[in-house]
Amino acid sequence: MNRFVARRFVGSPFLSRVAWRSFCDVASAEKQKLSSDTDEYDVAIVGGGMVGLAVACSLASMPLTKHLSVAIIDSNPALLKGIIITKDDPPDPRVSTVTPATISIFKEIGAWKFVEQHRHAYFDKMQVWDYTGLGYTHYNARDVNKELLGCVVENKVLQSSLLSCIQVADFQKQIFSARLNSMNLNPCSSLSEKDITSTRYQGSFAELELSDGTCIRAKLVIGADGSKSNVRELAGFKTTGWAYAQNAIICTVEHTAENDCAWQRFLPSGPIALLPIGDNFSNIVWTMSPNESSERKDMTESDFINSVNHALNYGYGPHPKSISAGDGGLLSWLGKGVTSSGGEVFKVPPRVVKLASERMVFPLSLKHANTYISKRVALVGDAAHTVHPLAGQGVNLGFGDAYALSKVINEGIAVGSDIGQVSLLGRYEAQRKPANIAMIAILDGFQKAYSIDFGPLNILRATGFNVANYFSPLKQNIISYACGEQKLPHFM
Amino acid sequence: MASKLLKRTFHISTWSACPPRSARSLIAVAPSRFFSDSNSQPVPATAGSSPLPPGPPTTPNDAPSPSSVSRYGSKRKSESTHSSVKDPELAKFAAISDTWWDSEGPFKPLHLMNPTRLAFIRSTLCRHFGKDPYSVRPFEGLKIIDVGCGGGILSEPLARMGAAVTGIDAVDKNIKIARVHADLDPVTSNIEYSCMTAEKLVEEEREFDAVIALEVIEHVANPSEFCKSLSALTIAGGATVVSTINRSMRAYATAIVAAEYILHWLPKGTHQWSSFLTPEELVLIFNRASLSVKEMAGFVYNPLTGRWSLSDDISVNFIAFGTKDVQ
Ligand SMILES: Cc1cc2nc3c(=O)[nH]c(=O)nc-3n(C[C@H](O)[C@H](O)[C@H](O)COP(=O)(O)OP(=O)(O)OC[C@H]3O[C@@H](n4cnc5c(N)ncnc54)[C@H](O)[C@@H]3O)c2cc1C
Ligand SMILES: C[S@@+](CC[C@H](N)C(=O)[O-])C[C@H]1O[C@@H](n2cnc3c(N)ncnc32)[C@H](O)[C@@H]1O
Repeated sequence: MNRFVARRFVGSPFLSRVAWRSFCDVASAEKQKLSSDTDEYDVAIVGGGMVGLAVACSLASMPLTKHLSVAIIDSNPALLKGIIITKDDPPDPRVSTVTPATISIFKEIGAWKFVEQHRHAYFDKMQVWDYTGLGYTHYNARDVNKELLGCVVENKVLQSSLLSCIQVADFQKQIFSARLNSMNLNPCSSLSEKDITSTRYQGSFAELELSDGTCIRAKLVIGADGSKSNVRELAGFKTTGWAYAQNAIICTVEHTAENDCAWQRFLPSGPIALLPIGDNFSNIVWTMSPNESSERKDMTESDFINSVNHALNYGYGPHPKSISAGDGGLLSWLGKGVTSSGGEVFKVPPRVVKLASERMVFPLSLKHANTYISKRVALVGDAAHTVHPLAGQGVNLGFGDAYALSKVINEGIAVGSDIGQVSLLGRYEAQRKPANIAMIAILDGFQKAYSIDFGPLNILRATGFNVANYFSPLKQNIISYACGEQKLPHFM
Repeated sequence: MASKLLKRTFHISTWSACPPRSARSLIAVAPSRFFSDSNSQPVPATAGSSPLPPGPPTTPNDAPSPSSVSRYGSKRKSESTHSSVKDPELAKFAAISDTWWDSEGPFKPLHLMNPTRLAFIRSTLCRHFGKDPYSVRPFEGLKIIDVGCGGGILSEPLARMGAAVTGIDAVDKNIKIARVHADLDPVTSNIEYSCMTAEKLVEEEREFDAVIALEVIEHVANPSEFCKSLSALTIAGGATVVSTINRSMRAYATAIVAAEYILHWLPKGTHQWSSFLTPEELVLIFNRASLSVKEMAGFVYNPLTGRWSLSDDISVNFIAFGTKDVQ
């Protein structure tokens, strides 16, 4: 048994980084000395992306799980070196729109204070409209008695915040800079008596072999290794998925003033979203056909900026006519359901003046693992479900998984459960699967409704927008769900 | 005297014992009282196709009469070391012993109930022995015996919670399974298992801080003698925890009809309604064994979530925590 107890690191982020590095050096030196026998851990987290680190962080924050010994396996060297972000670094083109539910999780596990030290942008307003000029919707946090709709944070900020949080936690962890190669979940599968002596204790561990030849054993393997999850494959979990014949271009852009609203406009080939990320920057997620995406990726910067401004303004069709609260017209019968922001006038998003990052292209797809758990294995984040970036929900679902799994493990330890036992892990799956499937269904529905040009049906779609704009309860449901509250909108 | 005592001990429960009904009316009554009152599911069609087990007697003894208790007491006086063993009961468990650790197998209800009953044990024992409930191993330093441990479903979590655990069972096959399974994990490998009865251990004058016998008392021949053995194994000031099925109509419907005949959780014939105790009877026989019941809770099953939870409703399954009087 070879466990490393991390000392408690306090002080400036810089100091803690130095301390962390030396701690790891010591740890790896000692590891080499002891490499003859296999290291044993309570938990092995495969994948140190945002979700894997969130699992480690929530385990470190709960009263019983914080005593677990945890191995984190990821070949990303930044995990050992630490992620250093300075104020003048250009923004990361990969950003996440974190929901209020995620923010409360981060606050609870102690990671939000690190996010707040870096660039992030809260927003409380969102305008969604459609190229036909027939409809638009304002979502306002006030409609659901909330202060904000979400916060846009660069992925590298989320990742470094979680890492800092783990580093300062008084928690037994060990980072392995390697990839998972193979996994044996059943070192001793039969319960016959003759096996007792030869394979003593092995049934309570999974054995993992890493790319650098290290072998470790863990009572629970958490697959946080992203959409192409190796853990999922090695555990034999099947997936159900769709690929859409669409790509998303993402990049960061600059305005002349700060943007404080999230904007989304549905164009004939897919939606374009402009999300505030703090300072004068915004992030763009623009969905289109694969051909268009390669064209737009390769065009000159000024042509690209022109096409973005075109897409967010008069391109493809007129602005919708503002409807003031007074002249309700067609929708006046909705009467009492009118929301406070229902009468807000249509606004044009701020102009983009400069490209602030490279343009990245991703294919859109949905993928869902039919099973999240089996004995000694649990999947979290994109390993369990990959959704397209349309509604900015992807990583939020993963953070929800991370927190729910840690909580279930904490409850299990309280009653003396084996943390890898199916009956315990099944409770995690029962909590998260319905929530994730509901979100996938909504996103798939959105995708189908908005990726095709409906022709005459556009008017229905536009009416849908206006109804949503005026009819409070429906809109509240949509916002609540997008904010991460687990309640299905009534129309589902 | 008995009723005064009951009022005092059952302050946390608000159970309503079902009024006596004839066996015939049970078939009509049972379906709507299946699980908890909030959920009245229609009975699946299979209910009619399986012959029902022998129903409860037409006039169940809700209040224990001294004669019914002494009946237990005099039955098998001669076999002093095995007074609680009921051979046909043991044969039932021996037949399915290799399925103990299959959480979807015949012992599924015990697996499902485990977190709930362990939560009760954790909170009562921590309070009684002044242990830190936020500790990972709150039972560190406690000697606990799991009587009728079966395959060790309860013993293993108790060991993970830090206790020095002894598990005993009258069925040798169960003990073998329990041993092999506990040896898979270093944390549980120091559990001491042996095939024996509580009475035998009493003869050896072994004592424990806490004596736990869950879902066993309904399978023994003489519950009263059995409790005396549990008490003899408990140190003065120590704790005794027993859980069982209530002899109420609800329990009959849930435990026997549902678990054995409809859900097929348990092999048919696992339970005999007439050997169930009511909470009042348990309190009484605890008292006779110098144990005073300090806390009692019910288990209710929610068929929608598939989970059990602790509740004041002790009409189906209940768990009692008692302490051994310091003489
Ligand atoms: C274009 C695009 C835009 C997006 N926009 C948003 C958005 O606005 N909001 C939002 O919430 N979500 C968004 N998402 C989704 C979001 O990025 C993902 O949900 C999130 O990154 C998932 O995190 P994860 O930790 O589960 O997986 P990943 O981030 O994929 O991390 C997986 C980690 O596992 C490691 N790994 C992989 N294989 C192995 C192995 N065999 N052994 C060891 N380690 C391994 C990798 O190195 C990596 O560090 C977007 C996704 C895309 C593609
Ligand atoms: C329903 S099981 C309960 C197992 C375990 N206590 C649990 O709750 O997980 C009942 C067990 O009691 C055992 N048993 C029955 N009568 C017994 C007796 N008189 N002495 C010891 N064990 C007995 C049976 O062999 C069986 O394993």
